[in-house]
Amino acid sequence: MTRIGEAFAARPAPLLVTCTVAGDPDYRTSIRIIREMADAGADMVELVMPFSDPVADGPVIQEAGARALASGMNTDRFFSLVREVRELTGIPLVVLTYANLVVQRGIRSFYREAALAGADAVAIADVPLEEAEPFCTAAREAGIDPVLFVSQTTSVPRMKRILDLAGGFVYVVAAMGVTGVRETLDPAALDCIRKLRRMTDLPVVPGFGISTPAQVMACADAGADGVIVGSALVREIGAHLEDRTGMAAAVRQKVQRLKPEAGLVSPTRL
Amino acid sequence: MKAAARFGPYGGQFVPETLMAALEELEEAYRTVVPGAAFRDEMDFYLREYAGRETPLTFCRNLSGDLACRVYLKREDLLHSGAHKLNNALGQALLARRMGKTRLIAETGAGQHGVATAIAGAVLGLEVEVFMGEEDMARQALNVARMHMLGARVVPVHSGSRTLKDAINEALRDWVANVQTTHYLIGSVVGPHPFPAIVRDFQTVIGIETRKQVLEKEERLPDAIVACVGGGSNAIGMFTPFLADDVALYGAEAGGEGLDARHGATLCGGRPGVLHGTYSYLLQDAFGQVLESHSVSAGLDYPGVGPEHSFLKDSGRVTYEAVTDTEAIDSFLYLSRREGILPALESAHAVALARKISAGLGREGVLVINLSGRGDKDVAQVAGMMEGSP
Repeated sequence: MTRIGEAFAARPAPLLVTCTVAGDPDYRTSIRIIREMADAGADMVELVMPFSDPVADGPVIQEAGARALASGMNTDRFFSLVREVRELTGIPLVVLTYANLVVQRGIRSFYREAALAGADAVAIADVPLEEAEPFCTAAREAGIDPVLFVSQTTSVPRMKRILDLAGGFVYVVAAMGVTGVRETLDPAALDCIRKLRRMTDLPVVPGFGISTPAQVMACADAGADGVIVGSALVREIGAHLEDRTGMAAAVRQKVQRLKPEAGLVSPTRL
Repeated sequence: MKAAARFGPYGGQFVPETLMAALEELEEAYRTVVPGAAFRDEMDFYLREYAGRETPLTFCRNLSGDLACRVYLKREDLLHSGAHKLNNALGQALLARRMGKTRLIAETGAGQHGVATAIAGAVLGLEVEVFMGEEDMARQALNVARMHMLGARVVPVHSGSRTLKDAINEALRDWVANVQTTHYLIGSVVGPHPFPAIVRDFQTVIGIETRKQVLEKEERLPDAIVACVGGGSNAIGMFTPFLADDVALYGAEAGGEGLDARHGATLCGGRPGVLHGTYSYLLQDAFGQVLESHSVSAGLDYPGVGPEHSFLKDSGRVTYEAVTDTEAIDSFLYLSRREGILPALESAHAVALARKISAGLGREGVLVINLSGRGDKDVAQVAGMMEGSP
């Protein structure tokens, strides 16, 4: 079983997946942030490898990506950062990136390097089912879980085909649109989680627009095995650029507040 | 049957999952609605009675004398709106209305596609929002004003290089969020399948007319055809009906300050990669981060190119050459003074390349230049550049 499979199998409560952009605001601080997340109780980290043209991302992650690229982040440094993180912590690491960075590395080389560095899964924001096959094949050869996306616009027959190819977990795009904090959870996203829960044994994990403990609870009640919180955490980094100690503390606090307590999860899930 | 999503290895659908249902819906509508007689009649009406097709194929005496061959201009500059972009905007807007969409979004660089979409939205009763990079809004202020007057909202894009590439990013982000009500009216033969095929098919009217007109005037096919290539829609529209013929085809890319400096010549100076939903030639660094392009012409200032052009380059069927900013401005003035036609700076790249490749054609050789748009929008910019020079 992969590190990700073990993490889901071991937990009674939904896992908290926290997201940060590798190299934001710089290489060293970024490693410190990831460590802070793990110490504060995050169960898994989604590490964004930044791309110049992130069409699935809202302003918060776009700006973080631009900060990271400006500080010199690239594919070589990304893998070296993953290696350093892996030496510090056993927390499962999900890489989130865009197709061109994988294609330019050579698809098979990318997954081999990711596995060697210690990454556990890779999700590519602009690779839908139609383009997924070569990426998923290379991932499995390298021992990496190929995470695929499902959204509320995905038909049930299409969901089935996606679930056949996906590994690690299925990523539910919980909001129509780009990444970013939203006031309310779309009821269609909760329906999508319920539907998937009945269709598969793969863990179901929503992301996009989830930022409050109440939203985390709603997802858990619908049957989610975990939740991904991104922009709400990345925003703290952007808000504390002049104060690195305050930055780490703000991220830690935010993670602690989001951490679902086993006791708080509704009885139907236990 | 589904249309092929690829041209050789190029093309595809590299988009977030949320957009796939919309692309499937679009492909289905394109496959079933567009070939129908009702759609064809409506499209023909708007192209003929509203947009002013067919556009002339003008024999140019002065250019023919200068270049020592028989030179024709395909006059897309005379189309309503002032550029070929309206062919595609009307086609996609009619299709969007049939699909029940109430809102159009578009990206624009030079502003011509934004203006064309604003026009199509106004006449067909659809709300229009146009994404435009801040830098392009400054250098194409006239077209920004035209869009406002036509009732469209222009959304300034502040991210990245603040040009066409970033306007496409913002349009894609808007589309993901509003996909149920909104059609993304993409302006060139770029983006995920089926857009490159749809835009090509709506622009092929240029080549179909040219073929008929040149056969009437010369009783034979031309020896060479030249068009400019940014994303490449006017070029594909012109080339497609001639692909199977013995006609030399040339694409003029934005050479900017030269291929060893800042430029927008994707096919001449890039390598294949994924941007905006498609696998095609791309200006990028060693890791795959997309580079900022540069061109004096906002319409050619794009680091990607349509996937079919990548295929036509590799197959050798079309020859792509870079034309520098200086050469383009020189040809802008040359065509203005010799023929009394102010070309768009984009089209001036095609004129410049035509002047280079005309040498071997001979007195009886026939050369067609696709004059994709008129230059009024560029007058202030070129006048600014001429200040201080003789």
